[in-house]
Parts: sequence; C-alpha cells; structure tokens
Amino acid sequence: MTVRRRPPGGPPRLGARDPGTAQRRPGPARREAVTRKHERGSLIPPPPDLGSGGAPLPISTRGLTKRYGELVAVDSLDLDVVPGEIFGLLGQNGAGKTTTILMLLGLTEPTRGWARVAGFDPTRQPLEVKRRVGYLPDAVGFYGAMTGRANLRYTARLNRLARAESEPRINEVLEQVGMANRADDRVETYSRGMLQRLGIADALLKDPTVLILDEPTTAIDPIGVVEILELLRRLATERGLAILLSSHLLSQVQSVCDRVGIFAAGRLIGVGTVPELATRFGESDDVIEVGLDLGPDSLGDPSKLTAALGRIAGVTKVVAGERVGDPFLVRAESGTGPRVRAAILALAAKGRLPLTSVREVVPSLDDIYRRALEQRGLASHGQVAA
Amino acid sequence: MSDAMVPAATEPPVPAPAAAPAPQAASAARRAEPLGPGWPTIAAKEFADHVLSARFYVLLVILGVAALIPLYFAADQIRSAASQVSGASAVFLFLFTVGPPNISLLRVDQFVGIAAPLLGVAFAFDAINGERHEGTLPRLLSQPIHRDDVINGKFVAGLAVIAIVLAAVIGIISGFGLLRLGIVPASGEVVRIVGWYLLTVLYVALWLAFGMLLSVVIQRAATSALIGLGVWLFVAVPIFGQLIVSIVGSFVAPGGSSATDILSAASAQQFLLRLLPSTLYSEASIVLLDPSVTSVSTPTLGQYIQAQQQVPPLLSLDQSLLLVWPHIVALLALTVLCFALAYIAFMRQEVRA
Repeated sequence: MTVRRRPPGGPPRLGARDPGTAQRRPGPARREAVTRKHERGSLIPPPPDLGSGGAPLPISTRGLTKRYGELVAVDSLDLDVVPGEIFGLLGQNGAGKTTTILMLLGLTEPTRGWARVAGFDPTRQPLEVKRRVGYLPDAVGFYGAMTGRANLRYTARLNRLARAESEPRINEVLEQVGMANRADDRVETYSRGMLQRLGIADALLKDPTVLILDEPTTAIDPIGVVEILELLRRLATERGLAILLSSHLLSQVQSVCDRVGIFAAGRLIGVGTVPELATRFGESDDVIEVGLDLGPDSLGDPSKLTAALGRIAGVTKVVAGERVGDPFLVRAESGTGPRVRAAILALAAKGRLPLTSVREVVPSLDDIYRRALEQRGLASHGQVAA
Repeated sequence: MSDAMVPAATEPPVPAPAAAPAPQAASAARRAEPLGPGWPTIAAKEFADHVLSARFYVLLVILGVAALIPLYFAADQIRSAASQVSGASAVFLFLFTVGPPNISLLRVDQFVGIAAPLLGVAFAFDAINGERHEGTLPRLLSQPIHRDDVINGKFVAGLAVIAIVLAAVIGIISGFGLLRLGIVPASGEVVRIVGWYLLTVLYVALWLAFGMLLSVVIQRAATSALIGLGVWLFVAVPIFGQLIVSIVGSFVAPGGSSATDILSAASAQQFLLRLLPSTLYSEASIVLLDPSVTSVSTPTLGQYIQAQQQVPPLLSLDQSLLLVWPHIVALLALTVLCFALAYIAFMRQEVRA
C-alpha cells in the first residue's frame, strides 16, 4: 500500500511539496541490507540517499514492521508526511500507534523495513532525529518536585540550548500553550490537562521541524482542545512543521488533520482526507436529516409525511423520528443528495411540509472508522472509544 | 502545483521565509554543530536533586551519628592510652579504629562499613523505575542524548554525593582529633586515611551499582528498596552475615577439639565470609588503617606459634596495600559486574514497561 500523495482536496499549504517527485527516488542505487530484506518478503524500496538532492521528507517509512515474539505490533507500514501537514494516526488502544512512534524516534528498533525522519535513520542516527523531533509521549510525566519552568530548563539543557537562547524560548512556548501563569508552580500541583499542555511546550522547546504527539488532547478540556488544535494548525501553516499525531478521539482529530491514517491490528487500512475516506468506507447512500414540525396544527401525521418524502425521486428509504421532534432520516441513492434536498425544500415551499431544518449528514470519522474495521473484519472487540 | 509557484517554500526546514522567525535560523545553525556529551547535564540535575532531597539529610544525620558515637569512645580510649603509647606511630588512626573494649561495632571504620552501603542503595534504588513511574523516561529518552547517558549520569551523581558526604564525615573526625585531642597526623597517616577513603568510596560504588541494577530490573521502587534493604541487612550488617556464615560453615567444616580442627574450621568460615563484599571491605579497611595488622588470613598452626614469639612489626603503606590488593580488585570487579548488568538490562529494556 502506497500513500505517497498529497491530499487532493486539501488547501495548498506553504512548504507542502509533492513527495512523489522523481528526484528523491534513488532508483537503482540500493544498499545491500535492503536487498537482503527484499528476498525475505514483499518488496521494500530502498531508503533515499541523503545526498540525492532535494529536501528529505519529514517522515517517511516503507515496510516498517515490529514484532514482539509472535505478536506483530506494526505490520509493513508505508507512510509519508510532508512539511506543513498534520497527519492523524487513528486507532484503538493497542493498534500499534505508539509502537510506530517509538520506531520513528529510534526508541525501539524495527524488525523489518526502514524509517527516515528529517532524512535520518532513527536506528543509526537517533541523536540527529531527536534533535529535530519534538515528542509528546502518551501519559507524559514531569518531575513533580520541580516547577514547570525548571522542567523545561532541564529539557533545554538536554538539547544543549544556551541559557541566553533558552530563557526567551521557554517563555514563548509557555505562552503558546497557555501555561505562563502556572509555570512557577510545582508540577505535582498540576492537573492532567496542564501536564499535557506542558508536554506540548516541552516538545516545542527545541524548535522542531517534526512534531510527534501521542494522544495530545486526551485529558484536556473541550475549550483547551480547540486552543491546542488551533496552535498546531498555526505551527503547521506558519512554520511548515510536519505534525504526526495519534489519537483515539476521532471527532477531535477530524477537524484538524489534513490526512488521517486508520490503524487496526498493526496495519494501516486506510489513508486519505476525511472526505476521501468517507467515500471509500462511508455508506453507499446519501443521508439527509429532515426536521419537521409535528405540532397539533401540523400539516399531517407522520405516516403521510413519510410517504410524501418517499415519493421524491432517488429516495430509497425514509425513517421517521422515534419521538416527536426527532428529525426524519431520508436515504437517497449515492450522489443524489443535493437533488433530493432541493426537492424537499421545494415541497416545503409549496406548503406541503412543515419543514424546520434540512441537513446533509456528513459521516463522522467514528462512522468511517467503525465501517473500515467491519470491512476488514477487524471489529472483533466492540466499539471504538470515542 | 509546480515548484516554480512556491520556489522558496520548497526548502525545509525553513519553508516559509516570511513567516519563519529568527529562532528557526538559529536552531538550524545550532543543529549543524556536533552535540557534546549528555551525561553531565543529567548528572548535574541528579546531583542537585539528591542534595535537596529529604533522604540526603536523613542519611547525613544517620552517618553523622554513626561516626560521632564511636568517636566519643575512641577519644576516651585515646586519652587514657596516650600517655602509654606516646611515641608510638599511628595514634591519629586510632580515631578510626579504636572503640570501647568488647564492642567491636562501635568503631568508626566498622560503623562506616555498615552505614555506607545504605547510602549507596538509598541513592540508587529508584534511579530508573522512579523515572518510569513518573512517566518522565520516554520524554527524557526522546531528547538528543544516548540512552546510556541516563544511567551513567545518575551513577556519577550518586557517587559524587556520597563521596562528598564521606569526605565531610572524615573531615569532621579528623578535625575533632586535631582540635580536641591535640593529636597531629603524620604524613603517612594522612595517606592511609585517603587510601581508606578511596576504598570506602569504591565500596559504596558497589552498592550504588547494585541499587542501580535493582532499579532497572524491578518495576516498583518500593520493592527494589525493600530488596536492597534485605540484602544490606544480611551482607553489610556483620551480626547477620556472620550468623549465616557460621551456620553454613558448621556444615562445611564441623569443628573438632584439636587445634588443627579448630583452625581448619576457622579458615573454612573465613573463605565463606570472603564471598561477602562486606568482609572484603572490612578486612581491607583495617589493614589500611592499622599498620600493625600484618595478615588477613587465618594463620596455620605453625604461623600462629611463630607470630606469638615475634615482636609485631608495623607495615609500611605499600606493604599494607600489597596485602589487600586482592580485596580491592575483587571489590572493583564486583562493582563493574553490577554496573555492567544494570547497563545491559537498561539498554535492552523497552521504553514502555
């Protein structure tokens, strides 16, 4: 499965470049190690040479695989993230998201395949990778007895930032995540959400070119989530950061990601923009939600209205609201949605429908995710946490 | 989209020159420089943590009391003995090696031998599993440092703190001797004290490495502390250690009534005791501190009789060192072994538990 393409529907972004350009493909120049791997399994293209011209992709993997004994945690992952892009890695707990991230950081070694982060091999040059990648771990922790600022100072020193450079930088990132007023309190007094904000500040401190965030919004309150996601969007757009974030909170991620990859049982089973995935994994029908006023002076009883809606061309099924006030769901053949909606409005205009609202239902990422799992026969353990 | 449309924007890591602020250029320049070693940063932070921690002060008090109580008795003994032994060498060292008669435990060297391992374990038992527990380990390891920088830095910091504490204790004892008792160390005695200090630091390093190993292998800090304490109790506290050894020894070489039998049983026990690092330390320590100790082994019957008839000689420092060289090498080897095990275990561990 190859994922080398830009989101076709997505807005052109500063710094986004087509990763498929031929110049970065080294062609026949392959290394021995890679050739050996070829013989064992499926074909893995060789990693690009650093000197092959052109800037390297922020994140690029081919055939990346991690086994723990019998368990395949990550299976043949092919992934590209371009500068200025926010890529969402979605999946249930244990789907392999964190393992993937640890391999990208060189904190665990892949069994097979390769990864390049900012052009460096995380296994061989972990320090070069870690200098350029800001990482927010899942369930991030700080030294409780130290203040938030002192924790960031330690990170700055570990990144060999000079003090003159690091102090203004620490203030800047604290401001960015909205933690400036609590920075001088001990970390043990922080809430989970504040720890996460501090974690994002910590990841931004080294002025990274790639940001990898593992469940960045789990513990943050809804308003905070919007702030954080806006910050991430700004960083991607203004500074051209490539951001890889993993999440199981699909609805949050939907709003901010340029592209998402659906991860299940170690495999990437779908990659693309949310609308693309909706087309691929969504329902075959268009669904329109119709609000009708069924008060005492209404134009008719529900069964008549259902029948009226059902007569519109293209409509396959009409489901009345269960209780008074619930909207009706009108299913129409794929692609006929806009036409059906116009017809409903026309009916209302003629005074034959007590219409209060009409809305086309865009499938949510949760629906897409569930359906993708069902299609692959992977929905064995129930519901997606949402 | 052709590249010509956004020419400047296609050059990461600074894709948008207008929006890219100065820090980005600075950080790009910084990244071109090679990285210095990471362990001094970690060691500095750990050192500060240790010195500011409650456990540091608790241990300082324990060690202080441990040194001062024997010192009181030693001062008593030295005062009464000083008139008789005037002119004898190594009076200053009596500060460390003399205690109340019949209670060998109340001697500075013995007390330090018991308390110092506790210091080692106390500063290392939660080195790694504490970071795991706080959730700081993945974040720490995602900074541009090598993984072994963490364990090396923590070891160096722990050792530095302990070395400073021990130096302070020895300084206080010596100062007490100089000021209150008015005895002045000869240069040879100073060298012996420094030698004993280095030996003690080495011994503590062994326990520090052992604590480090526990902190890597055992997931919970409380469990590793308990195991560390248990081992300390049976290895470093002489009463318990000798108890076990004498039980085991009585099976290996049951004593008889003849002098030969008694001596062979004693040497069997001594062999077993020497398997304990605490024995290695206390033997080496007394040889270094007391120039009149000429042997660390149980003598044969002939040697024993011979020794009775001789005037006990005083050993020079190099002779003393020669006598305990195997002890020092064994302690060093044990330390290296413990640290190597901790190091390897840590390097192979997954970041996620």
